[in-house]
Amino acid sequence: MKLSREEVLHIARLAKLGLDEAELSRFSEQLSNILGNFEVLQKVDTSGVSPTAQSVSLQNVLRDDEAAPSLPPGEILANAPREDEGCFRVRAVLE
Amino acid sequence: MTTNNKWLTINEAHRLLESRQISSVELTRVYLERIEQIEPKVHAVVSVTGELALEQAQKADKRITGGEADSLTGIPVLIKDNMCTKGIRTTCSSKMLENFVPPYNATVVERLNDCDAVIVGKANMDEFAMGSSTENSAMFPTCNPWDLSRVPGGSSGGSASAVAAGEAVYALGSDTGGSIRQPAGFCSVVGLKPTYGRVSRYGLVAFASSLDQIGPLTQDVTDCALVLNAIAGDDSRDSTSVPHPVPDYTRCLSGDLKGLRLGVPREYFVEGMQAEVATAVRSAIGELEGLGASVDWDVTLPSTPYALAVYYIIAPSEASANLARYDGVKYGFSYEADSMWEAMQKTRQYGFGAEVKRRIMLGTYALSAGYYDAWYLKAQKVRTLIRQEFDKAFEKYDALLTPTSPTVPFKIGEKMDDPLQMYLSDVCTLPINIAGVPALSIPAGFADGLPIGMQIIGKPFSEETLLNIAYAFEQATDWQKKKPLI
Repeated sequence: MKLSREEVLHIARLAKLGLDEAELSRFSEQLSNILGNFEVLQKVDTSGVSPTAQSVSLQNVLRDDEAAPSLPPGEILANAPREDEGCFRVRAVLE
Repeated sequence: MTTNNKWLTINEAHRLLESRQISSVELTRVYLERIEQIEPKVHAVVSVTGELALEQAQKADKRITGGEADSLTGIPVLIKDNMCTKGIRTTCSSKMLENFVPPYNATVVERLNDCDAVIVGKANMDEFAMGSSTENSAMFPTCNPWDLSRVPGGSSGGSASAVAAGEAVYALGSDTGGSIRQPAGFCSVVGLKPTYGRVSRYGLVAFASSLDQIGPLTQDVTDCALVLNAIAGDDSRDSTSVPHPVPDYTRCLSGDLKGLRLGVPREYFVEGMQAEVATAVRSAIGELEGLGASVDWDVTLPSTPYALAVYYIIAPSEASANLARYDGVKYGFSYEADSMWEAMQKTRQYGFGAEVKRRIMLGTYALSAGYYDAWYLKAQKVRTLIRQEFDKAFEKYDALLTPTSPTVPFKIGEKMDDPLQMYLSDVCTLPINIAGVPALSIPAGFADGLPIGMQIIGKPFSEETLLNIAYAFEQATDWQKKKPLI
């Protein structure tokens, strides 16, 4: 199977991944090759088979809604690339 | 090459410490020196934590003299660099987290700290645990101590090679598709991937949430049991950890295999696998038969050939979600740009390596509208088939035996041009993660001086059975006593 350049650009946009020209052509080829090898799955008979999301039989693991101390803001902000008045500083989201 | 280099096991080190023949500070200094000596050749360690180690060693010594030593107290360990260590850089061998200092400890690290273990450093890995050779590390590739021109396997290549080379007494690794077992096999150490849910994933940087597990890499089976004792058990901070009681795993090491039913699934002896590996593993299985286990030499798990596709759709899909958080906003590498979206795109373009980007894209594609049913949902259904086949097999057999890898360690650079070739080196280990069952790799021989591992697979929460089988094999052979000349 062959992924078109547009399809690869679309995926990259969804994943917020910048790609340069060299990466775009290299990944197009590699992804097409990889997915081509995996098309074999389409031939497997899975009629009546439910999907497995996780392999433990736990369900609805909940805890009581009790307030407890969290990490101090100073520690959380310590790795911040840009910090301002106790907040993470980012580029404008809305114009 | 092999020598009589005899590195202390956890068990031996514990006895020396308890009898005060050596102090933890002295022992730690030996290992820190060893790291300094070996690192220029092996490159297994991203961050050496010498100061912390000596502090912990001093604390351990007080505990030992107070008569309160635990099996792991005062003993040097290396932690794979995808497990959060508070105040210590945790990079996942990625540019994205090159300067990230976690504000908290992973649960497994907390549990080791409770034992007063001594953390000597953070081990190199494939970036974000994506790889089978540690060549995808953004830091540097690690070299196999058995042959420095070859890979140690991955993604826990740093952990495995450090244990083999005597840079730490044991190490922690993580396994999503074989990342503990395959490097354990390549470096001739013992590596265990516990049942999914046996060990808490809190503080393990997530790759594929339904597949990841943390486990020990050790020099022998007894050590493996000792580490599992310390790290296993449910955790309220990991809702996928299972409240299954934790036995004393050392108590099951009887070496008695009488009555045990073992099976050999034919699909794992893959076409094109290295002949010497197949021979060595069959010989190892024969050894177990000789020790009293009954072996069915031709079991079939027909969906095994689909495991590669299932894994390389599910794991990247989950990874695409887990790695969406790396956007340069709250922590990690952050590219400055005029617009928010451009900043994020460039952060991810320059912060991630090629394999990580490839997998994010594979996963994004498989989950995207119009393709979800054909790819992700389909893979989840085939996953059920794979699990069901294991369940059925475990009605008849107590454990299944296979090679850990189809080949001996390959040359550095050999598989980097074709991603699919690299993926194929995990064919024997992937199905295990898909099914969530436990498996162990044990040294089972050599071909031209290069290590071969045998994999022992069990049903959920049967780690005791696996450890006992491995223990019996270990007592009857001496593969694990061989150490690389380095």
